[in-house]
Amino acid sequence: MKIEILGTGCSKCKSLYENTKKAVEESGKDAEIIKVEEIPKIMAYGVMSTPALVIDGQVKFSGKVASIGEIMGLLP
Amino acid sequence: MLKSFADYIVFTIIGLVPGSRLGEALDFFIYDTLKIFLLLTTIIYVVAIIRTSFPPEKTKRMLSHKREYIGNVLAALLGIVTPFCSCSAVPLFIGFVESGVPLGVTFSFLISSPMVNEVALIMLWGLFGWKIALIYVGTGLVVAIVAGIVIGKLKMEKYVQDYVWEMQVGNAEIVPLNFREKLGYAHEYTLELLKKIWPYVIVGVGLGAFIHGFVPQDFLARWAGPDNPFAVPIAVALGVPLYSNAAGVIPIIHALMEKGMAIGTVLAFMMAVTALSLPEAIILKNVLKNRLLLTFFGIVATAIICVGYLFNALL
Repeated sequence: MKIEILGTGCSKCKSLYENTKKAVEESGKDAEIIKVEEIPKIMAYGVMSTPALVIDGQVKFSGKVASIGEIMGLLP
Repeated sequence: MLKSFADYIVFTIIGLVPGSRLGEALDFFIYDTLKIFLLLTTIIYVVAIIRTSFPPEKTKRMLSHKREYIGNVLAALLGIVTPFCSCSAVPLFIGFVESGVPLGVTFSFLISSPMVNEVALIMLWGLFGWKIALIYVGTGLVVAIVAGIVIGKLKMEKYVQDYVWEMQVGNAEIVPLNFREKLGYAHEYTLELLKKIWPYVIVGVGLGAFIHGFVPQDFLARWAGPDNPFAVPIAVALGVPLYSNAAGVIPIIHALMEKGMAIGTVLAFMMAVTALSLPEAIILKNVLKNRLLLTFFGIVATAIICVGYLFNALL
């Protein structure tokens, strides 16, 4: 599974990255977590508020820092 | 009720004398802090729930290909309810103009969204009363609408960075939240915002209380009263670097108004603090060429200065 964190490097994007990392660790699932900071790539997903979470090419949410539990619920 | 609670703490438990400078300043501090935090918590929570129904992706669809005037009015109004953080200003701007939202309409949104925000509104309501809060919202919307229309009329599309027009924008299918998720979002949003602004509120109210108790009455009337024509532009210039501290700035201005600062000057200062900010300018520089950026700042600053003079003359 490929998880992308979209965001231009603000503090919220960092906390979402940390939460996602912990969620993946706790769930024991195998996932590659990538930070996407380039505007064209973010726009290609049509996301207008950052940070956003993308799992396997699908935007799960945008504009918030989700909790670890919430992210675990989104993992397939 | 809050007032008697503050009185009880200061004059009964701590034992300060009513009417003494320290006693009055401390009483003012406790009362204002309690009142503001109570208002902040409830209203931010309610606003956050409303906001979950207006994600920027939806706002964009509502504004795309709207005509001038109607589009500007709608954009300014949507600016109140659509969540906005200056850190997302770039993707928001590109998403708007790429999906056919006219440039002037986009600016009406970009001006109103940070200016007419719930924190500024609550602080004004709590400290100055609902009339001033309403005047602020009303004039804030007018500034956003007029400035957006003017920028639209100037036809400045060529001063948007060229890459913006070539960008390929996808269409995110954002799943709408159910009611329980909305409450959860509101809960987290409120906590996050309170965590960020509480030190500013405490420091701001503290300084305000100090001014209230120790600075002589009419101290500012000579400099910042309605008779000094330079007070409004100076207030606007001072407001630019004070970005994001609306929560801390409002209690201070409240105390300054008691000491003779004129109401129009107060409003202009507030608007400059929220609408014109250096960090936002630096972020917007990614999508705007200097000429458009300066025009944007110039028009908004001029509009705010006009508001200041108008209310100094009227009230």
